[in-house]
Amino acid sequence: MGGYLLVTIQVDMHDRLALTLQDDLTSQIVSHRARGVLIDISALEMVDSFIGRMLASIASMSRLLDAETVVVGMQPSVAITLVELGLPMKGIRTALDVEKGIQALKEAVDGTG
Amino acid sequence: MPALRSKLAEIFDKREQDITTQWLEAQEKTGLRVSALERQEATRQSREFLRVLKTALEDGNPEDSSGASWTPVRDFLTDLSSTRAKSGYSPIETASFVFSLKRPVFTALSSELGQDAKALADEVWRATALLDGLGLLTTEAYQKTREGVISRQQQELLELSTPVVRLWENILALPLIGTLDSARTQVVMQNLLDAIVQTRSDFAIIDITGVPVVDTLVAQHLLKTVAAARLMGADCLISGIRPQIAQTIIHLGVDLAGVTTKATLADAFAVALKRGGYAVVHTAATAGAK
Repeated sequence: MGGYLLVTIQVDMHDRLALTLQDDLTSQIVSHRARGVLIDISALEMVDSFIGRMLASIASMSRLLDAETVVVGMQPSVAITLVELGLPMKGIRTALDVEKGIQALKEAVDGTG
Repeated sequence: MPALRSKLAEIFDKREQDITTQWLEAQEKTGLRVSALERQEATRQSREFLRVLKTALEDGNPEDSSGASWTPVRDFLTDLSSTRAKSGYSPIETASFVFSLKRPVFTALSSELGQDAKALADEVWRATALLDGLGLLTTEAYQKTREGVISRQQQELLELSTPVVRLWENILALPLIGTLDSARTQVVMQNLLDAIVQTRSDFAIIDITGVPVVDTLVAQHLLKTVAAARLMGADCLISGIRPQIAQTIIHLGVDLAGVTTKATLADAFAVALKRGGYAVVHTAATAGAK
């Protein structure tokens, strides 16, 4: 939609699924020539360090492919867990919900592009 | 020994009037409470206590005050102690309610059994053991009530001390007062994140004017809260940093570089308004300029 990809994570992420997502997303970014990626994790109830790192690496990969990433809809408990794990996800843009995420994406893409 | 057992009850029966009067006098002497209302209340409580005590003495064994027939007495005393604890009586005043009964009872016993030294000693011993046990019970109940009050206050303090205030549309303030420890930070973090979700805020201002000491641990907790809020898509500002605290933070080598910090809450609020796209205009000044 408008050069943005929306990824909604609906099920509990396990490691293999996370890797699949990484593959899919990078190839989709290239084929759609997307400028922005929105990852909605509002349905995600728990995270571990692997998922945290995976989100961070997706963001870095997207940036290589010239697309900005915004993670939206993080649950408070997930945020606390990530911080306690020592993964404050520096360099990832975050927003409260999809609406605000799109706004942030627009600003980021317009600002850089 | 049924005959001996009933002796105390018998004496209570016979001399109730004397015992009551003397007891009330003794209580007035020991007690520091002198208002008419309190005296009236004490009189009522004393009569009620003597009544349940008499019933218990008639049915039960005075040497076993934990028996079933003593339940009304124990309940009455527990009730009385917790009421007194709540209305600010000291433990001494509460316990002396029971202990001051000793003298009238001993007087009554000695005038009844004055001739028989052995029986008198026996009865006095029995009465002492009984009243001591009951007196200790009042102290225990008093203590329990006080502990209940303390733990309730702790809970209230914890809840009261972490308010999240909505300053403006999309701007939250979190005035922290008192020392931050791990348990409190957890509550603060949870409250802040919940409030961010609820109000869909973009900015959160953590005001630490009321935090007396900032050490590495507190700074760490603050940074964690800021990072968690950022993950939820909210910008965090820290305000209310006093000069001494600024010095401490630097001496400790804590890195607050990634966080916007301001000296006062007003400054932080102005920054948040500006970033949110608001402008504050002093209308009187504008009118004057025109």
